[in-house]
Parts: sequence; C-alpha cells; structure tokens
Amino acid sequence: MIDWLTDPLAQRIVLRGIAELTLLGVVSGALGCWVVLAGRSYSAESLAHAMLPGLVVASLLGFSLLLGGALGLLAGALGIALVGRLPRLDGDVAVSVVITSLFGLGVLLGLAPEVPAGLSDLLFGDVLGVTDADLVLTAALAVAMTAVLALVHHSLLAVGFDRLSAPALGRSPAAFDVLLALLLALATLVAVQALGNLLVVAMLIGPAASARLLCRRIVPMMALATAIAAGASVAGLYLSYHAELAAGASVTLALVAAFVLASLIRAVVRASGTAVPVRS
Amino acid sequence: MRDRGLSGAVLADADDVSARYPGAGVPALASLTFAVRAGERVAVLGPNGGGKTTLFRLLTGELPAAGGRLEVPAGRVAIVPQTDRSRLDYPVSALDVALMGAVSRTRWWRRPARADRALARTSLERVGLGDLARVTFGDLSGGQRQRVLVARALVQDAPLLLLDEPFSGLDAPSAERLERLLAELAGEGRGLLMATHDLEQARAADLVLCVNRVQVAFGPPAAALTREEIERTYGAALVPLDDDGPALLPPHHHDHA
Repeated sequence: MIDWLTDPLAQRIVLRGIAELTLLGVVSGALGCWVVLAGRSYSAESLAHAMLPGLVVASLLGFSLLLGGALGLLAGALGIALVGRLPRLDGDVAVSVVITSLFGLGVLLGLAPEVPAGLSDLLFGDVLGVTDADLVLTAALAVAMTAVLALVHHSLLAVGFDRLSAPALGRSPAAFDVLLALLLALATLVAVQALGNLLVVAMLIGPAASARLLCRRIVPMMALATAIAAGASVAGLYLSYHAELAAGASVTLALVAAFVLASLIRAVVRASGTAVPVRS
Repeated sequence: MRDRGLSGAVLADADDVSARYPGAGVPALASLTFAVRAGERVAVLGPNGGGKTTLFRLLTGELPAAGGRLEVPAGRVAIVPQTDRSRLDYPVSALDVALMGAVSRTRWWRRPARADRALARTSLERVGLGDLARVTFGDLSGGQRQRVLVARALVQDAPLLLLDEPFSGLDAPSAERLERLLAELAGEGRGLLMATHDLEQARAADLVLCVNRVQVAFGPPAAALTREEIERTYGAALVPLDDDGPALLPPHHHDHA
C-alpha cells in the first residue's frame, strides 16, 4: 500500500507533473470561477481550439509553442471579429465557423509527416514532459493571475452580478469582457503545453463548475475549485501511473469524476431537505 | 411632499434631448424636456420598447445624448433594476450586493473601505433587512431582493434613483413596504424616477413622464394622464370601463428590450 503511494512520487517527472497541474489548478480555481459565472465556458473552449494551427505551425517550423499558440489565438480573434461582421450571422455562429475551420486546418497541418511533436501531443498535451522552465512560467502565471484577480475582485463581482447597472456604478461591462478574455487567453496559452488543445478546457472549467454546485460564496468557491483541481491532478497522475493510462486523459477523467461527485453531493443535500446552507 | 419637491434642487434637467443608438437611423427617443427635483417621485410610463430603458441609459451617462442639453450629476445616478431579472444564481450575500454600491467611489483595483462596509450594513438595516445581511441574495423573496437593490443605491449614495418597475411581481405587503421606503427616500430629498406599466402607480406619483419613442407628456398626473395622452403613449385605443372611470390598457408583455 505504501509502495502504491510512494512509487509514483519517486519519479521526478510525476512530481513535476503534480507541481505543474497544481499551479494550473490555482489559475483555474481563480479564473475558472469567473469564466463559469459569466457563462463564458464556450469561449474558453473556442480559444483553446483556435490555437491549434498556431501550435502545429510552431512545431513544424521549430519555434516556441507559446509563440505559435499566441499567433493562433490572434488569428482566431481576428477571424471571429471579421466573420462576426457578416450580416445575418450571430456571434456564436461566427465563433463556431472560425473555430472549427481553424481546428480543422490545425489537424490537417498536424497530420503532415514533418510535424515532430506529433499531433497527439498537441491535442492531449504532455504533462509528464514538463520542464523546469515550464514550471517557472506556470508559477509566474499563477502568481500574476491571483494578484490581478484579487485587485479587481470587487469590480468583477459588481459587473458580473448586474451588467445592466454596471455603467451607473462607473464600470464598463465591455472592459469586464476584455479583461476576462485576455486572462483566459493567457491561461490557455500557458496551460496548453501540459494539457493539450483538447484537455485544457477541462482543467480551466471543470473545477469551477464542480465548486459552483457546492458553494454559496465566491471566495470559498474559488478555494474549493483550486482544491478540486489539485486533488484531481494528483488522483489522475496516480491513476495514470498504476493503470498505465495517458496522463492528461487520466487527469481529465478525475476532473469529470469530481464533477459527478459534486452533483451527487448537491442532490443528496437537497433531498435531505436542508438545502445547501442558506446562511454562511 | 409635492410642495417640498417643487422647491427642491434640480437633480436632472433635460432640454429637447434625443438619443440614438450607434448605426440606427432614427432616434430611439426624442424631444425629452423635463426636470426632476430633489424629493420628487416621477413615474415614467410607456409601452415596451417605448424608450424607458434608453432614458435610463441617458441618465446614467452610458448613452450620450445625440441632441439637446442634458444635465445630470455624473456618477450620482443609481439604477434599481427589476429583481426578477437579477441573477439569482450568483454566489453573493445581501451584504455583498449592497456593498457593490461602493465600487462607484473606488477605482477598478481598490477594495471597498471599512466605512463602506459599515454603510452597507446600515443601508440594509434602513431597508429592513439588517438581520438577513448574510443570506444568499437568490434565497430572498422578490420584495426583499428589491430592497437589497435599493440598499445598493443607498450605499452608492445617489441623489437620483432610477427604478425599473420596482413593484412588478411583488405581493401586497411587500409592495406596501417598498412604497413606504420610497416615500421615505423622497422625503429625505432624493429624486426617484420609476418606470412603470401601471396607471395607478403613475397616478400616485408627483409627476408623470409619458414616452413612446418621443416624449408624449410631462407634468402632474392630472395633466399628463388624460385619455388622449395615454392613447398617444400606448398607440392604441382605450376600452372605457365606465363613462368617466379608469380605462383599461391593451394587454402588454413584460419582456421589453
């Protein structure tokens, strides 16, 4: 039993993976809650997918995935802005058209034999391939994200609660959207290296979506989301180690399990009649 | 109350103001000429899409006037939105919501001051919700939520309050309670602008502003709520209930833009 617990930890790459995912958990705990509360989960997913061609081109040409992802995001944002101007297309349709096109283009490019990293690493990430430099970058992101969100916390809360009245309080809902989109792009960019194009969304959205089911206040929700992200990361990597499954997929599985568990707890608490506590 | 109101300071002053949304050919609202003074309760009567929301946007400064002259105290106008459109799923307490009024005085990156927290508590006490301060906003009744949103306006310390159908969906005791609270606020010199569909509420106000894409009438209820003005406001014929009694308005839906 002890061996079962300690064996994975003897592996440096597993430790690095746990550290990386826990740091990303801090990011997703704080940012993911705002994204979920603002109903922006779809944008989060779209952003991640829009990056794919950029990532593939970066690995084809041998420059940084970070830069490639950033360029991919830029192309996606421009595309959405341009297609959104076409008459008779509403915003979501514009996003879908651009994102699926870019994602398809990414897959097409990624299947070229010249791509060294392989399409699957770009799609599903490589948690166990995290370098020290990646860890430093993710730690910097976690610190910066927490600091920014702590500073603007009360403004975000006021705008998110009541967009229509926000201008009367001297706050612009548009600025709220831009800030959230920028932070989301930044987080996706950093997280995509470890989690890949498809699984990054699970990490950014899953813990917050689970915590939302159980929390009545936003700060506890953020704390719980961070804990869920960290717990699912460790559980996922153990699962991956012992069952010899892909690391990213195992973590995603653990995140989904956490969500199912949160839903069950909520259902039981509701059925027991006490409701989730009214006062806190 | 009327006398005091008319002698009060002018809180909002509109002279032939029009509003136009970007890209729209025709103005959304035109020919606005009215004034709201301290202590006055002004009912804003109009059909769905008649420009009540646009008027509120003008007064908060969100939408600049496309023409005319509009004077409102910058940053001193509070909105009390319809509570059934507020987010009931948001993880905040009544106190959190009241405290949101304080962001109007702080920068993006600042936390509310200790004094603001104290003000949020006393504002909740003023609206009779001191003992429910820690309850989740979405768990309160409609009337209680409406009063929390009034408390937010008090924390903002706005002399001019814009209330969007404050009585819609309230049961009679809640409505009476809110009515007393609004009378108190007017009594201490705040100006209240209340969007409403309800003719009876409009009749109870000090002044009535009728809008239907243009200003149809502005004045005391007796002058502004004649049969002719109401028909022009709603653009439909009225069905009289009896010869000179109240009239029945055509049915309306509540999901105006």
